[in-house]
Amino acid sequence: MAETTPKKGLLGSLMSLPNDNPKKTLFIAVLLCLVCSILVSTAAVSLKPIQTSNKKDDIKRNILAVTGLSDSDGNIDELFSQFDVRLIDLSEGKYAETDIDPVSYDQRKASSDPQMSVRLSSEQNIAGIGSRAKLAPVYLLTEGDTIKQVVLPVHGYGLWSTLYGFLSLDGDFNTIRGLRFYEHAETPGLGGEVDNPKWRAQWEGKKVFDETGNVEIRVIRGHVDTNTKNAEYKVDGLSGATLTSNGVTNLLQYWLGDHGFGPYLKNMRSELGK
Amino acid sequence: MASQAKTNVVDPLIDNNPITLQVLGICSALAVTTNMMSSLIMCIALTTVTAFSGLFISAIRKHIPTNIRIIVQMTIIASLVIIVDQVLKAYAYEASKSLSVFVGLIITNCIVLGRAEAYAMKNPPMLSFLDGIGNGLGYSLILMAVAFFRELLGAGKLFGHQVIPVANEGGWYIPNGLMLLPPSAFFVIGLMIWAIRSWKKEQVEKPDYQIHQVHRTEVL
Repeated sequence: MAETTPKKGLLGSLMSLPNDNPKKTLFIAVLLCLVCSILVSTAAVSLKPIQTSNKKDDIKRNILAVTGLSDSDGNIDELFSQFDVRLIDLSEGKYAETDIDPVSYDQRKASSDPQMSVRLSSEQNIAGIGSRAKLAPVYLLTEGDTIKQVVLPVHGYGLWSTLYGFLSLDGDFNTIRGLRFYEHAETPGLGGEVDNPKWRAQWEGKKVFDETGNVEIRVIRGHVDTNTKNAEYKVDGLSGATLTSNGVTNLLQYWLGDHGFGPYLKNMRSELGK
Repeated sequence: MASQAKTNVVDPLIDNNPITLQVLGICSALAVTTNMMSSLIMCIALTTVTAFSGLFISAIRKHIPTNIRIIVQMTIIASLVIIVDQVLKAYAYEASKSLSVFVGLIITNCIVLGRAEAYAMKNPPMLSFLDGIGNGLGYSLILMAVAFFRELLGAGKLFGHQVIPVANEGGWYIPNGLMLLPPSAFFVIGLMIWAIRSWKKEQVEKPDYQIHQVHRTEVL
């Protein structure tokens, strides 16, 4: 961006024109745009690989944290390699037979692609997401042939923003191991308390489905104690954040219900029962 | 030159503070001050942009055609903001996540364009650079002070560390949720302006209208 004042030639004669001359105005505008666009694109292109790996690591770190695998020690990639990543055809509830690589599959991109998603009717759209990708990844933590934990990506609208997170279920496909949001823009201190470790800790051990297979898990208003009826399906509300709390309930109801992972979880549970 | 340089850096801290005296850049002062860490990142980003935009605009000021000067300034500022945003996304991922759109909104921060138009267009590059640093620091000073009160009273924390034990974790302090909402920044900034103007009387503006005491006889 330094001053360029060559003495001769076309450039020199242009620069020596008065500032308000249309030719010089045009010349300065073009030159400035050129220099700025080169600088901006250089920065964007050269930093892209670090940014993408940051994003991927962040997601992996959250998946590890939600399953209770420590994220502080050990290499993230090494820990993450224990997971078996599979794609699920949500409406059928089965592992999808496609050529898409499950690790690089971008569910968020797919949700906005009409070819790869389904629009939700207003009754179905309880989580406020509009359309849903046909395929969703699941992260399986297996030991031998048995599945120990399954991590499901969930998202839904809170008060200000869409909350993106992961829900981890035990091998019985009913008991919750953890729920964690990695991206949201709820009010700090109120709805933002979805990140509070104390609140997150409550989810462990809660049950999702009742005997008849209905999704019972919800965030209630106020506090859950030993006197609360069906306490195993309930989690404390966030005080001052009713809409965010409702948003969390709705997104769980949606993703664990018939239009989300419901069919898959049902299939897996009946397989366990055999 | 040396004394001018010093004035450029020191003056905007209190005497000519961009937030409390000129009342510029209030928008981001409301948005990012719920915790001190994101405020600090925002301050660094804004100071960098203000300083370098001053430097570059001043360097080419003699060749900027007057009829497109604002567009030229905005192009330079916008490019710098995008670069800062990209760098944050690469090297301070957590912080850039919590600041989300507000780094991008530095483009519309009145302080940056204000200093470019008022100072950098008329003064040499080094002085403009220092002027940008000074104004950035003035902005930072107020932002950090606001964030200090909001985070401390709203969450009992400083830089994310619990300093006052809050009630829902077994302590005695019941956090004031209002402090975490945008209006509280207005209250805090208002109180600061009041405090500064009580201390530095010369900042008090003359009233625009003098209320005229009507005498009984004039009415008749």
